[in-house]
Amino acid sequence: MITCRELIDFLDRYVDGVLPAPVAASFEDHLKVCPQCVDYLHSYRETIRLAGEAWCDDEVAFEDVPPALIDAILAVRGRAADESA
Amino acid sequence: MNAAMSEASAPVPTPPDAALLARLRAGDGVAYEELVRVNSGRMLAVARRMLRCEAEAEDAVQEAFTQAYRALPRFEGHARVSTWLHRILVNACLIRLRKRKRHGETSLDELLPRFMDDGHRIDAGEPWPQDALAQLEAHEVRTAVRDAIDRLPERHRCVLLLRDIEGLSSEEVAEQLGIRADAVKMRLHRARQALRALLDPALAGRGTPCDE
Repeated sequence: MITCRELIDFLDRYVDGVLPAPVAASFEDHLKVCPQCVDYLHSYRETIRLAGEAWCDDEVAFEDVPPALIDAILAVRGRAADESA
Repeated sequence: MNAAMSEASAPVPTPPDAALLARLRAGDGVAYEELVRVNSGRMLAVARRMLRCEAEAEDAVQEAFTQAYRALPRFEGHARVSTWLHRILVNACLIRLRKRKRHGETSLDELLPRFMDDGHRIDAGEPWPQDALAQLEAHEVRTAVRDAIDRLPERHRCVLLLRDIEGLSSEEVAEQLGIRADAVKMRLHRARQALRALLDPALAGRGTPCDE
């Protein structure tokens, strides 16, 4: 059976579902008898999910973009037109 | 964010994008204003989290629009316009990050799991809640996660931001950073393990544990 170290070393591939079937099966055999690795797997998956949602409540609406920045971005088109003239 | 992931897989421009592109290429000022209105807020949010400096974030967004406008004639429309702008912005942010001097960057090793000679983990702790965002104060959890990501060494923070938050593929990150996709995957796995360790004090032993 694989060790905790081997399981954690290849956990990203297990989570992504890219391990060959026999290797994934040996992961599952280990998880059946190792509650610590079950907890680690859960916290690893939760870490990925939490990172993905960390900025969900931090969106920037157009109205909240500093007006000076909007002016500078809009001026880009004018400058490009001048350059090509 | 995760929207970028779904947009990245779109093989052809959607009709609204095709129409917008045609108007932009024809020099339509209203189309350009529309482009700015739809994308500037999202782009500023991306630049803020990558650069963590308001002035630099605003400069990067302006720079990205400048580069995009100049590159319009060469843009073939194989990706969504928003995805294309996002990639240009990410590149502009990465160039700025590369120019920064790194001071006292912490090592990741102390945040990785430790093992005994027989392969068992030494420092196994308490289980995490099943769903931290639902079971704990979501705003506090998100703040803790953002703070923890900011504490990662820059090269690991970058890969984690681009893969798990901005939704780029390992191949896209590899191209942006000039490293191999395998190196991206390895760095990402280490970054996630380190982030897990940084979050452990806030989440271990709280809420209902998982029964996976």
